[in-house]
Amino acid sequence: MDVAVFWVLAVLAVVCGVMVFRFDSMARATFSLLASLLCVGGLVVLLGLDYLGIVIVLMMTIEMAIMAVFMVMYMMNPAGLMPMTMIHNKKGAAVVCGLVFALLAAGILLAPWPARRGRAPADPTMELGMSLMGPQMLTMMTLGMALFATIVATVVLATRRGRYDRFGDDLRARRADDPVRGGVGR
Amino acid sequence: MGERAPLWAVLVLPALLVGVALVTAGFDALLAAGARYGRPGSLREAAVRAAEPGRQVLRQLVQQPRRTRASDLPLARIGAALLPVAAVLAAVVLPLGFRSVSDLPEGIVWFNAMEALAWAAVWLAGWGPNSTLSLIGGYRFLAQGLTYELPHMLAITTAALGAESLRVGQVVDAQAGLWFVVWMPVAFGIYLLSAMAMAFWGPFDQPAGGDVAGGAGGELSGADRVLFLGGRWLLLVVAAAFSVPLFLGGGHGPLLPGWAWTVLKTAAVLAFLVGVRRAIPTVRTERYLELAWVVLTPLAIVQALVVAVVVLNR
Repeated sequence: MDVAVFWVLAVLAVVCGVMVFRFDSMARATFSLLASLLCVGGLVVLLGLDYLGIVIVLMMTIEMAIMAVFMVMYMMNPAGLMPMTMIHNKKGAAVVCGLVFALLAAGILLAPWPARRGRAPADPTMELGMSLMGPQMLTMMTLGMALFATIVATVVLATRRGRYDRFGDDLRARRADDPVRGGVGR
Repeated sequence: MGERAPLWAVLVLPALLVGVALVTAGFDALLAAGARYGRPGSLREAAVRAAEPGRQVLRQLVQQPRRTRASDLPLARIGAALLPVAAVLAAVVLPLGFRSVSDLPEGIVWFNAMEALAWAAVWLAGWGPNSTLSLIGGYRFLAQGLTYELPHMLAITTAALGAESLRVGQVVDAQAGLWFVVWMPVAFGIYLLSAMAMAFWGPFDQPAGGDVAGGAGGELSGADRVLFLGGRWLLLVVAAAFSVPLFLGGGHGPLLPGWAWTVLKTAAVLAFLVGVRRAIPTVRTERYLELAWVVLTPLAIVQALVVAVVVLNR
């Protein structure tokens, strides 16, 4: 059963991956890529790493949905509505792809894969967290918050409209002067 | 810990969900007709009004489907079909009483991942017909998704944190003494808001708003339309039902058996959500965005912090 599921998912993942470069529509290419990644998520679940697999499904779905919007938005032709191709610099790309494939395949075949030692843990999610973070969980959480604060601060600094635009030169205005009405306090 | 349900539950689950969705839609149609024509005169009249969604489904199925020009039919169809599929897959971890079809160890993440599929589904259904208004609907749903997802994730994480497990069965077990809604009211409120937004329902129906001629599903017809709009009802039912194991104690309650409590609580939440739609006008996405980021996200983080401190001190 597992073997059958593996082959179905693996073949689907590769076929969808190839179709990304065959479709001439941005939307189809994006969602073909998503289908391929969902299959990969299924393969990870098949390995017994349920949490990682489901997180791949979650993150990739949201990411691809948002990416579809941005890719359509930034296409060179109007709104990405004209036929397009994902293939550029065909010869160079083919050479690079061939080399990378050969390298990876050689790695798979030549690497001395270790045999399984011990048994699978009862709670792989917990083990995964422990081996990734170990006792440094609090450090990582703090770091995560610091990174998040940095992102927000960067956006705040980079935005064209600052507080002086919103609340006047002496910051005395009672209501912020925003191009978009509504929201909190207005 | 939740028990395993028998194998036939896999077949019963979609049928049960569709049944609940039809009843909810009937209730909503009854309220809508009541608001339009006044109170129903007789029980018979009320039944006719409540059967309206069922009649609409049958009418759509026999109607000649409409096609738009240069539409991407496969993508629109995938989008329309994916919506109910995502809802049913999310419902796999829903316990009826103390039994779910599959009590996955990562049930809460699974639920979140499956509802994320709805993002792709709605955008595809909006993109496929090659029509401006439906495309705007699809884009609006993604924008709405970005506004509700962060507080939503924090809210369901809070419930998992309180139970110290991602397994839905253990979240229910942890509420044997005290329902989570009592000491996580903020997370529960945020969850209810995002449950409505997830099904682009109530004040969050802008993606399917009248100002864009029905938005995301506006151009769909025939079976595609039934799948899409039915899938939306299923999503609402599933999102509302998931609040029961997360915050309302699942099947716990005196006297009645577990499944009866689950049904009662789910019905109460659904009735509330259906009522809210009549009471509150549509909120524009960018207004909710500011509220979600400036108010709801910090509130959700504080709520998670409180729960974390309580759990650490146990």
